[in-house]
Amino acid sequence: MRSYKELAIKMLFTVLAFSSLVFLAGIVFVLFKESIPAISEINLFDFLFGKYWYPTFEPAEFGVLPLILASLEVAVGALFVCVPLGIGSALYVNELASASQKQILKPLIETLASIPSIIYGFFGMLIVAPFIQKLFNIPTGLCAFSASVVLGVMAIPTVASISEDALSFVPNSFKEASYSLGANRWQTLTKVVIPAAASGISTSVILGMSRIVGETMTVLMVSGGAAVIPKSFFDPVRPMTATIAAEMGEAAVGSAHYHCLFAIGLILFLITLVFNALAEAISRKYRIKLGLDR
Amino acid sequence: MKKILAVVLLASAIFAADAFAAKITLEGSTTLLPIAQRAAEEYMDANSSANITVRGGGSGVGVNSLIAGTCDIANASRAIKDSEIQTAASKGVKPKAFVVAMDGIAVIVNNSNAVSELSKKQVSDIYTGKITSWSQVGGKNERIVVVSRDSASGTFEAFGELALNKQKVLSGALMQASNQAIVATVSKTPGAIGYVGVGYTSPQIKAVSIEGVDANKETVLTGKYAYSRPLFMYTNGQPKGEIKNFIDFLLSADGQKIVEEEGFVPLQ
Repeated sequence: MRSYKELAIKMLFTVLAFSSLVFLAGIVFVLFKESIPAISEINLFDFLFGKYWYPTFEPAEFGVLPLILASLEVAVGALFVCVPLGIGSALYVNELASASQKQILKPLIETLASIPSIIYGFFGMLIVAPFIQKLFNIPTGLCAFSASVVLGVMAIPTVASISEDALSFVPNSFKEASYSLGANRWQTLTKVVIPAAASGISTSVILGMSRIVGETMTVLMVSGGAAVIPKSFFDPVRPMTATIAAEMGEAAVGSAHYHCLFAIGLILFLITLVFNALAEAISRKYRIKLGLDR
Repeated sequence: MKKILAVVLLASAIFAADAFAAKITLEGSTTLLPIAQRAAEEYMDANSSANITVRGGGSGVGVNSLIAGTCDIANASRAIKDSEIQTAASKGVKPKAFVVAMDGIAVIVNNSNAVSELSKKQVSDIYTGKITSWSQVGGKNERIVVVSRDSASGTFEAFGELALNKQKVLSGALMQASNQAIVATVSKTPGAIGYVGVGYTSPQIKAVSIEGVDANKETVLTGKYAYSRPLFMYTNGQPKGEIKNFIDFLLSADGQKIVEEEGFVPLQ
């Protein structure tokens, strides 16, 4: 009797564990199935390198280049915010903060991640954008720059938290060895601790990137939404996620527009997949480097 | 074990009871949302058995849901398209139109803007990118920030037809996903121009007159104001029972009072 029960429970958990794989496979399958018609309806070159996105116009134009470039521009801009702030806070928390400060700081930084993205959107739209508009005296504050700032802040917890974990995994013996050789605190930090944690820190940045590229609500509200090839950080842009969110409701099921939106989804999926694979590969290398794999 | 069974039974009983209650779902245009919401509330106050859900999403979403059978009334700020009628016919759905209110699309600018009147030609030139500075239409030398609705919105399509004669909105136009977002953007951006349903004009922004005609009740109802349009509710075939009662209520004097109070133009 008992063994049957155990077997049943084991089976149940096996099914649960594999069910997420089923969802993943289902999503990948649908993404491909719905995107492939887009390539036959409009040619691949026009789709990837077309400069104009007029999906509801007659004749419709489906050029995603402005949308891809907008996503990249906003992501690069956000890196300039989240990398210094995220890694900086990780270094402070790990190296300088007292135990009690650390106890308060780390959860607080992680709280940033629990704020719903729509709130970041409101904040960006009603406070950051008007401020930036006045500060730089530009026609509108709803632009790539504002979106980068808000997204950068949103990615801080990812970068800070994973970097801090990486720093705390550096064995104390490394530091002790460095100090015993006469290195000071700064030299130990820059020559020993950071290089030892480098792959963990890069992982944190890549995962932060992946969060930034996939973020939707905030960019929909803050980036301005103009589907033009970005020329400066102060122009309104329209990243890929915002396009899908704004247009999926209207696109008639089975139309070229619908398939193109799925194809954009596929591009996004592939980008984040590459990021995540990269992060995984780097973090594996880092475990081996620190001798934690044995 | 028995307890779990009891809970499951109870839950299924509740769901079953829910299915039998008179339940109406309205979905579609965000322009019609305030009217539909108020009307649903007042109707439910008067008829305690009624259960009405109102959702936004845009005219296209509403019509698609009506065709898919996931809503009973589709709110639309535009007439149904031929392609949609064909899809509906293939699924055995016969959309029937009711005009429930009139709407004017107001062209709005920032309160600090000196311009208070534009011609139809000027509006269309601004939205297609031929006019780029306020100085070209009698204002100060400031770049025009063109704000438009996303292409999923009925207001976008109606504006494209009423104001732009189906020309492309310039690609550098800002896109906002709701009437409120347009008002917020225009009120915070000195050089901005946007368009919203007359119901969304507020003291935060300034509505300009078009061809010398203000966007107000009379001008919209009489069609003197250039950018006016009817608002529709679509049902599947001739409505019956609770759905018919709801639409009758909206078209009655009480219902039209709601239309007026929400800033739209009643039919009488």
